[in-house]
Amino acid sequence: MSAQGYAHPVTHDEHEHHHKETFITKYIFSTDHKMISKQYLITGLFMGIIGIAMSLIFRLQLAWPDKQFTIYEVLLGKWGEDGIMDPSVYLALVTIHGTIMVFFVLTAGLSGTFSNLLIPLQIGARDMASGFLNMVSYWLFFISSVIMVMSLFVEAGPASAGWTVYPPLSALPQAIPGSGAGMTLWLVSMTIFIASSLLGSLNYIVTVLNLRTKGMSMTRLPLTIWAFFVTAIIGVISFPVLLSAGLMMVMDRSFGTSFFLSDIYIAGEVLHNQGGSPVLFEHLFWFLGHPEVYIVLLPALGITSEVIATNARKPIFGYRAMVASILAIAFLSTIVWGHHMFISGMNPFLGSVFTFTTLLIAIPSAVKAFNYITTLWKGNLQLNPAMLFSIGLVSTFITGGLTGIILGDSALDINVHDTYFVVAHFHLVMGISALYGLFAGVYHWFPKMFEGRMMNKNLGYVHFWITAIGAYGVFFPMHFIGMAGLPRRYYTNSAFPYFDDLADVNVVISIFAFITGAAQLVFLYNFIHSMFYGKKGPKNPWNSNTLEWTAEVKHIHGNWDGPIPEVHRWAYDYSKLNKDESDYVIPGQDFAPQHIPLQDNEEEMNH
Amino acid sequence: MTAFLYLVVIILFAVSVWQMSKILSMSKAGEDSSTSQIANDKDNKINGKLMLGFVIFIYVLAFISFYKWSDVLLPDSASEHGVDIDQLWLISMIIIFIVGIITQWLLHYFAFKYSGKKGQRATFYADNDRLEFIWTVIPVIVLAGLIIYGLFTWSDIMNVDTEDDPLVIELYAYQFDWRARYAGDDNILGDANVRLIEGVNQLGLDASDPDAQDDIVVNELHLPVGRKILFKMRSQDVLHSAYMPHFRAQMNCVPGMVTQFSFTPTKTTEEMRLDDEIIAKVEHINSIRSEKNVARAIAGEEPLELYEFDYLLLCNKICGNTHYNMQMKIVVETEDEFNEWLSTQDNFATTMKN
Repeated sequence: MSAQGYAHPVTHDEHEHHHKETFITKYIFSTDHKMISKQYLITGLFMGIIGIAMSLIFRLQLAWPDKQFTIYEVLLGKWGEDGIMDPSVYLALVTIHGTIMVFFVLTAGLSGTFSNLLIPLQIGARDMASGFLNMVSYWLFFISSVIMVMSLFVEAGPASAGWTVYPPLSALPQAIPGSGAGMTLWLVSMTIFIASSLLGSLNYIVTVLNLRTKGMSMTRLPLTIWAFFVTAIIGVISFPVLLSAGLMMVMDRSFGTSFFLSDIYIAGEVLHNQGGSPVLFEHLFWFLGHPEVYIVLLPALGITSEVIATNARKPIFGYRAMVASILAIAFLSTIVWGHHMFISGMNPFLGSVFTFTTLLIAIPSAVKAFNYITTLWKGNLQLNPAMLFSIGLVSTFITGGLTGIILGDSALDINVHDTYFVVAHFHLVMGISALYGLFAGVYHWFPKMFEGRMMNKNLGYVHFWITAIGAYGVFFPMHFIGMAGLPRRYYTNSAFPYFDDLADVNVVISIFAFITGAAQLVFLYNFIHSMFYGKKGPKNPWNSNTLEWTAEVKHIHGNWDGPIPEVHRWAYDYSKLNKDESDYVIPGQDFAPQHIPLQDNEEEMNH
Repeated sequence: MTAFLYLVVIILFAVSVWQMSKILSMSKAGEDSSTSQIANDKDNKINGKLMLGFVIFIYVLAFISFYKWSDVLLPDSASEHGVDIDQLWLISMIIIFIVGIITQWLLHYFAFKYSGKKGQRATFYADNDRLEFIWTVIPVIVLAGLIIYGLFTWSDIMNVDTEDDPLVIELYAYQFDWRARYAGDDNILGDANVRLIEGVNQLGLDASDPDAQDDIVVNELHLPVGRKILFKMRSQDVLHSAYMPHFRAQMNCVPGMVTQFSFTPTKTTEEMRLDDEIIAKVEHINSIRSEKNVARAIAGEEPLELYEFDYLLLCNKICGNTHYNMQMKIVVETEDEFNEWLSTQDNFATTMKN
């Protein structure tokens, strides 16, 4: 299949050297995957700052609902007069926080960054299959980010119907002010985002299938690439469905159709819409929405697999089981969407089916967790910041995943659906886990992104430990207020004396949130400072096996100055011993990179 | 003015960060050039120990949370099916905690035990089919048990047998309040449509439908204890969700369709108020409220009322600005009390006449 892929035009780089790059072609409209990955990362981090800042603002409101804070007036303007937050802006904040974190940070910022950086470098390609489409993909993402940020400034406020934008609330400006111009911009932004994501994903799939270097069979691919590849496939399958839902929503909002609307009496008048159903929207939304969880998570798990194996100085345990579980998760992720809708009014029998498929997904997830733990066993763990974040990911993935067993069970979901129990669950399992994956990736591949410069490890340790404690401090207690029956998306709980005793839990959560938020400043400082002043490390700082570390430290178009290395083994020959077990296969070196041919005194594995 | 102050603070903060970075880079220039940003034995040792500390932190956090906050959790179920849900919940929780405690321990303990040392040799261990088979099969068996148990519970709850002769009540949601409609003597809800909403006919009942004449619309939900209730949910404008946490009951209210949920309340409001858990909870809440009242008195505000327990119906689907305060009181009482209360309410025919 990939026979043609081996033959790379050697003339390519000679030709490249001739043409002089301008500032614009190098830094702005670049078609080089390394530059595009940096553009994705920095845009994603910028959006992340906005998203996390929003969460800190509404945590302030949730912890001290009866206090006045001038900061509301400063940041929210007319919605924070006299230091009192307006309920509509609270809903706007949670909506945009969710949208930004899920799509702009954890989809584009995580998968966009590392798919772009690592796919060509780890499979041994000079660039993506189409550099131009790749550039278009980034710029569409950039435009959609700009529109989303712009929507914060429209007069009636941004979209505020929750990140799931369920109609009729999101379709009717009479129902909530944010469903006017703010929601229109949300839809425009997401449409462009989906176009960006599709162009990116198609490019990743084609690149992985066709541009692998000689010897790089699919079963020799690092798990990072498997994860990015499968993520791209789920994206291509599910994002168009969200687009169709979005288009129908546009029709309902602007052209008088009734896909999602029926029998509505609002603001003193009956609407003409008849025959539609909001449940249809829920189906379409979650057909993307659930795979989206894995679009966010799989790249993080891929990064973790690579980082854990490298830093444990051991092969990843059960490589084939890991690949199989990625594929199983991807397949199952497309048939579990109904577990978000157990009590939406859909047929209870469907609920049973979705309970069954949902709990099945726990099996490949459990296999992954056990395999990570076994990879650590009897290792020689190099606890670099990236490794700490990877271990942290496994920890939050287990904790958050386990509560999924409760929420996936339709009978149990009845009483905790849409409570803070859900919020705690998904933040741990996809929010925090995926963020840890992002951080692990940044710490690990920073030298690859910024021409050998490394991030400060001590600041990295400070960043990790405060974040790790803070994340559990925020989300563990949150399960309790959910089990107490507190619904999410409440501007304040003070309307119910019954919830008065939850006030101090909310204060604890918020304090942990502020501490965790502050720790991210350490990361930002470290990131920006190291970009310019970071110490240059060795070419292969983590003694890693994968091909990206054989590429030139200085970024050149085409990645390798000479011919592309040929691959002779899988990516995980760490601490492999020679036949008589007297030393490593390469004496004195505990790793055998993929481009090193089989040694004389080495037993061949079937990788 | 305050905006200006904030701006100054931000600028000063930026300047200080910049200065700090300069100091850092200056101090680095003097350092030995061999200091690298790659973890060394010392880093491994410290972080390995911290990993062990971290798993203990997780355990302690869990323990403290349970110790401090188990009294905020919902009391025992006040409905028949809720007992099954609570049972399944408990079993799932026990499994989760066992698995969580073991796996977190292994993960962090290995991170501590095998933290890197110069010269330490990692074991090349790439595969073990039997081990992987075991930890695939164990989750399969455990999950199969949970799935089967869960599915039986679920279908028991969701399949309503009309032969039980349930009391039919409509829950009607609109921004931002609830109405309840009792089906009256015939126990059949009359037809209704949003297009018929006019004046006092707030729920859009069809005045020409004979079944509608004896329907009773109220804004406080009364339920007879021990009788199966079949709720029919309707929404007038956007999605709402009828959430009755004490009864382990929830169903979305969807404009354009009628959804349903059924349960049998088992404890009256009075009985619930005498429940030990509820007594403790109410005392706790009232001590918080009287503390607040001290502060309110100083500020010259009106004091908060003392809290008394009542069952609640909450909206649990984001529905607009006042979503956080869309509630209705539920009163569970004996059959006699219920009938007496119901007889004092006007039915639809009477309301329309007045």
